[in-house]
Amino acid sequence: MDNLTEDERTLVDCLAGMDEAQALPLANRLLLEERHDPLRVLELCRHAMDIVGRRFEEGEYFLPELVLAGEMLEQVGAIAKPLVKAGEGGEAKALGKVLIGTVQGDLHDIGKNIVTFMLDINGFEVKDIGVDVPVPTFVEEIKAYRPDVVALSGFLTLAYDAMKDTIAACDAAGLRDQMRIMIGGGQVDEMVRAYTGADAFGVNAVEAVNLCKRWLGAAA
Amino acid sequence: MNELATASQPQAAYDARLRRVMDAVQLKTPDRVPVGMMSILWWARYGGTTVREIMYDGDLLARIAMQALDEFEPDVFQPPHMTAYIGRMLEAAGFKQMLWSGHGVGDHQGYQYLDREYMSAAEYDDFLFDPTGFFLQTYLPRVATAFEGLAHLPWLPSRAYFPFLVGMASFADPRVQASLAQLRNTGEEAVRLLTRSAQFVEDAKARGFPADAGVICFCPFDMFGDYMRGAKGILTDMYRHPDKLLEATDKAAVMIAREAIKAARMSGSPFVFIPIHWGPDNFMSLKNFQRFWWPGLRKVMMSLIEADLIPIVLWEANCASRLETIADIPPGKAIYHFEQTDMRLARDVLRGVVCIRGNVPASIMVTGQPEDVDAYCRGLIEDVGRGGGFILDGALGIPDDAPLRNVRALYEAARKYGG
Repeated sequence: MDNLTEDERTLVDCLAGMDEAQALPLANRLLLEERHDPLRVLELCRHAMDIVGRRFEEGEYFLPELVLAGEMLEQVGAIAKPLVKAGEGGEAKALGKVLIGTVQGDLHDIGKNIVTFMLDINGFEVKDIGVDVPVPTFVEEIKAYRPDVVALSGFLTLAYDAMKDTIAACDAAGLRDQMRIMIGGGQVDEMVRAYTGADAFGVNAVEAVNLCKRWLGAAA
Repeated sequence: MNELATASQPQAAYDARLRRVMDAVQLKTPDRVPVGMMSILWWARYGGTTVREIMYDGDLLARIAMQALDEFEPDVFQPPHMTAYIGRMLEAAGFKQMLWSGHGVGDHQGYQYLDREYMSAAEYDDFLFDPTGFFLQTYLPRVATAFEGLAHLPWLPSRAYFPFLVGMASFADPRVQASLAQLRNTGEEAVRLLTRSAQFVEDAKARGFPADAGVICFCPFDMFGDYMRGAKGILTDMYRHPDKLLEATDKAAVMIAREAIKAARMSGSPFVFIPIHWGPDNFMSLKNFQRFWWPGLRKVMMSLIEADLIPIVLWEANCASRLETIADIPPGKAIYHFEQTDMRLARDVLRGVVCIRGNVPASIMVTGQPEDVDAYCRGLIEDVGRGGGFILDGALGIPDDAPLRNVRALYEAARKYGG
């Protein structure tokens, strides 16, 4: 992003630098006192998140920073979004649609939630259908939502078969060719990817974002 | 499998196995590479029954697990009851942090913990001011119905002499009385669990099989992260409340260690199992690991080691970047069980410091073929198993969903290549 004012630069630096104590009052002042364009502030947030994502990939940032960045973004968004006038600007066009859920039998959601958040802030439209999602539900949701990418999450070893069954059911329903499927979770690796028939696996949220970007032709 | 263990010489077999394991721990070269056996709920699959059955029927679990010991002849095993035969105990306590068979998950499914915020960030101050009062009146009532009534107890440190007399009226409160009654049942179920487990350990010993950890404790950071603050809370606390988090984990370390030592003395086993959750490479930077996570665990470990106990730390996920930091313990006094950490790297960095254990991946154990398991075990034994300081095991023990043929392959590989 070019042409930043000093305040705007400070806001980006504070958001990207995990300085919540400074970032939130500053965002408040810009939006509520100085009547800054809310769309511009949201754009600054996205820019800060790009930096966060880059630092994550470079091994400087980890989960605490992703989660805190998400919390800061949520708080700034809660102030900025109501100020956006109806019909004005609006959200940037989504890069693509992702349907995500934790497979049947598995209730873990920490990883899924972080992937959902990272996809969302990277410009994807994400539908999260929760945990312990039965195979037929996945199929119905896919038919209705028509995602470009389906993300199957699971932490337990029982998730291997649930992922395999879910993908087989997509195949049987004639949906398999219309989308890419990625899997993720604590005990997922290339061997599990091959076993389940997924297109790819990822070990963290940024890998999930990069897979989607690659598949949907956006610059990673 | 014709090893020293025979029905006619169980004591000799027991001694030989324990010696093999202790040689590995003390970084001496054992007569051959020891192999361990731990699993949470694989026993159900092996016994052809449901998870629900083994969670509620301690005798059935004992029969199945003993059959497994007889078949696989591990050099050391983790007592199965402590993590499997817990259904009645959970029910008695009205435990709310877990879903288990019949209580939120199906009969064939393992139990799963619920990541929630059970303590707010503001309550660090309450914990720090009076940890016992905070647990008794605030935290435990949130996580177990058995404690709910105790939220209505008076603040006991204010009750001396005349205030003591009047304060006793609280014990007539029907809510407190209901809790005390439920706690009595819960205590009895806990004794039933401990007794059944101790009996199994004795029976296994009589057949030549030594047990490892009869006691489980946690890294202080993980205790706050998993069971109190929840994932989102603990991760943001490192930025929002760093000093409180440090003070709380430092304080908790003392209590965790004291209780683990007491419980280990009662169990008669020198091993203390410490599964770790929030320490791996992917979860936080090395800097934060060294600041927030490792000092608490090290403090617990050092207390255990000073009490002549042997911590078995189960390092989940990949902890490669942590190896140099966690090498800072006295040599030959612990076991580091790795899940996904490169064992060859671990061997190089931790040589002469600590016995390493692991790490046949769950993906191979569950989705692979016996020859995959065999090849992995062979590679491990040849690369890191020679010269002592190594125990072969599954990455997180035997996965609940591993087919029998792959489990057989693991223990057969230990015999074939470990000599």
